Amino acid sequence: METGEQKTAVMTVVGSDAVGIIARISDLLYRHNVNIKNITQSILEDIFTMIMMVDLTAGDIDIKDLSEELNALGEEIHLSISIWQTDLFNAMHRI
Amino acid sequence: MITNFEVLETIKMFQEQHLDVRTVTMGISLLDCISPSASNACSKIYDKITRYAKNLVRVCDDISREYRIPIINKRISVTPIAIIAAASGETNYSCYAQTMDRAARECGVDFIGGFSALVHKGYTNGDRILIDSIPESLAMTDLVCSSVNLASSRTGINMDAVRQMGNIICDTARMTADKNAIGCAKLVVFANAPEDNPFMAGAFHGVGEAECIINVGISGPGVIKASLESVRGMDLGIVAETIKRSAFKITRVGELVAQVASQRLGVPFGIIDLSLAPTPSVGDSVARILEEIGLEDCGAWGTTAALAMLNDAVKKGGTMASSFVGGLSGAFIPVSEDEGMIDVASRGKISIEKLEAMTCVCSVGLDMIAVPGDTPPEILSGMIADEMAIGTFNNKTTAVRVIPVPGKTVGDSVEYGGLLGKAPIMHVNTSSCKVFIDRGGRIPAPIHSMKN
Repeated sequence: METGEQKTAVMTVVGSDAVGIIARISDLLYRHNVNIKNITQSILEDIFTMIMMVDLTAGDIDIKDLSEELNALGEEIHLSISIWQTDLFNAMHRI
Repeated sequence: MITNFEVLETIKMFQEQHLDVRTVTMGISLLDCISPSASNACSKIYDKITRYAKNLVRVCDDISREYRIPIINKRISVTPIAIIAAASGETNYSCYAQTMDRAARECGVDFIGGFSALVHKGYTNGDRILIDSIPESLAMTDLVCSSVNLASSRTGINMDAVRQMGNIICDTARMTADKNAIGCAKLVVFANAPEDNPFMAGAFHGVGEAECIINVGISGPGVIKASLESVRGMDLGIVAETIKRSAFKITRVGELVAQVASQRLGVPFGIIDLSLAPTPSVGDSVARILEEIGLEDCGAWGTTAALAMLNDAVKKGGTMASSFVGGLSGAFIPVSEDEGMIDVASRGKISIEKLEAMTCVCSVGLDMIAVPGDTPPEILSGMIADEMAIGTFNNKTTAVRVIPVPGKTVGDSVEYGGLLGKAPIMHVNTSSCKVFIDRGGRIPAPIHSMKN
C-alpha cells in the first residue's frame, strides 16, 4: 500500500442551506493558498451536502491546523465541516 | 478519482459505525537485558522500553488526528519475562513487573504485556518463579498483563500447569478482591499462543520475532453489522461475501495506520491482527452481528455455525487487504466487553458451555467471563483443560480469561468500566473434576493424520 503522505484531501460539508457557504469556505482555503481541485454539491430536502477535493501542496498550513480552522468556521456558520486525507479513501476503496 | 459514494461510505464507518483501530502495539525484545543481577536487568529493561517506545503514543496520536482514524489503545509487548529473569537468581519476579509498569507509565501507553511464561511442555526454574509471582505482580501494578502458554498442538497439554493456573487465578482474584478481581482480567492462559499478538492480556514478543516491531489490531464489528443490514433476507453466500468486502475495507484502514506508524517510528511493520474486537458500546458488538444474521439471541442454536462463517469470512476478506497477517485474527467473543454478549448473558440466554462450543470456531476462547467467587480452583482448571484440548486437538489458538469474583454469585454483576465493560456472573457446572485434575502430568500431543 502506498502511503506517499500526499497532500491532497477530501472535505465534506453538511448542514442547512444558507447564502454564502461556498464563499466562506473557499475564502478560508484561498487565504491558506489551498487549491480546490473538484467540487460536487447537492441540496436534498434543504440539507446542503458538499464534497470537495483540495490540494494542500502549495498551502501554508498542514491538514491538522486546517482541520481546526474548518471546525471553527463550521461552528460559526452552523455546518459540519470535516477534512480527510485522500490516502484513507485510496486505501479502503482501491486495490 | 474517489467517488462521492465511497467518500460518504468511509465517513459513515467512522462517524456512525464506531470504526477504529483498536491497538497499535510495539513489540520489543528484551533478550539483551538479561543479567545475573535483577536490579541491573530491571534498569536495562526500563531504559530500553522507554527508549524504543518514547514516541509511540505521540506518533499514534498524530496519525489519529491527521487521518481522523481513532486509535483506541497504544500498547507494548515484551519478551516473556520468565526467559529474561531466569538468569537473575531471584525467587520472586514482581520487581520485573513493577519495572514494566513504570516504563509503560513513562511512555504513556495503555497496557504492557509479556509478564509471561511458555510452559506447554514443561517448566524451567524461571517459569515456576514467574507463575508463582503472578498474583502479587498483578495486584501491585496497573498496566502489566500476564499470559501463560499451557499447551500446543506439537507438544500436548501440560496438565501440571493447568492445575496450577486454576490456583493462580483464584489467588489473583483474592489479591485484587477490592477491585472485583480485576487482576484476573489481566491474566490469560493459552493453547498455541501466537508470538505476535497485539491484543491484551495475551500480547508478548516471541523469541522468533525481530528486535522491535509494530503490530496493529483492527476492530469494526459495527461496520460489519451495518453492511449486513443491507442484505436482510438474502442467502448465506451473499452474507459471507458482504462480510468479506467489509472486512477488506476495515483491514485496509489498519494496514494504512500500520504502514504510516512503522515509517514514522522507523520500526518494521510486523502484522495486522484481523480481529473483530467488540466494545461495551451499543453498535460495536460481535453478538449483534450474529443476531443480524438471523438469531433471536446470540447463544441460540445456529450461533456456532453463524460465528464459524463470520470468522472465516473476516479472515478471507482481511488477508487480501494486508501484506502480513498474524496474531489472533478472527472474531472475539468476550462476554463483558461486548454489549450484545452482556445482554444475553444477563438474560441467561447463553451459557459457558455454548461459549465453549463457539470457541471451536472463533479466534480466542472463553474470554472475560465472570464466575462465582467460590468456584473451586480445580473447576477452573477443568474449564482450562477443556479449552486447551479444543485448541491443541484442532490446531488453533484458544485461551481462557475467567474471573472468579470474590463475594459475588449468579445474578450479580461487576462493572469494570472502559473497554473491560460489565460482567454478569455466569452459572458454572460444579460437578467435580478434582480427581482428573489432580492426576497432573501431560496429555500427549495429538496425532496429526487420520483426521476425523
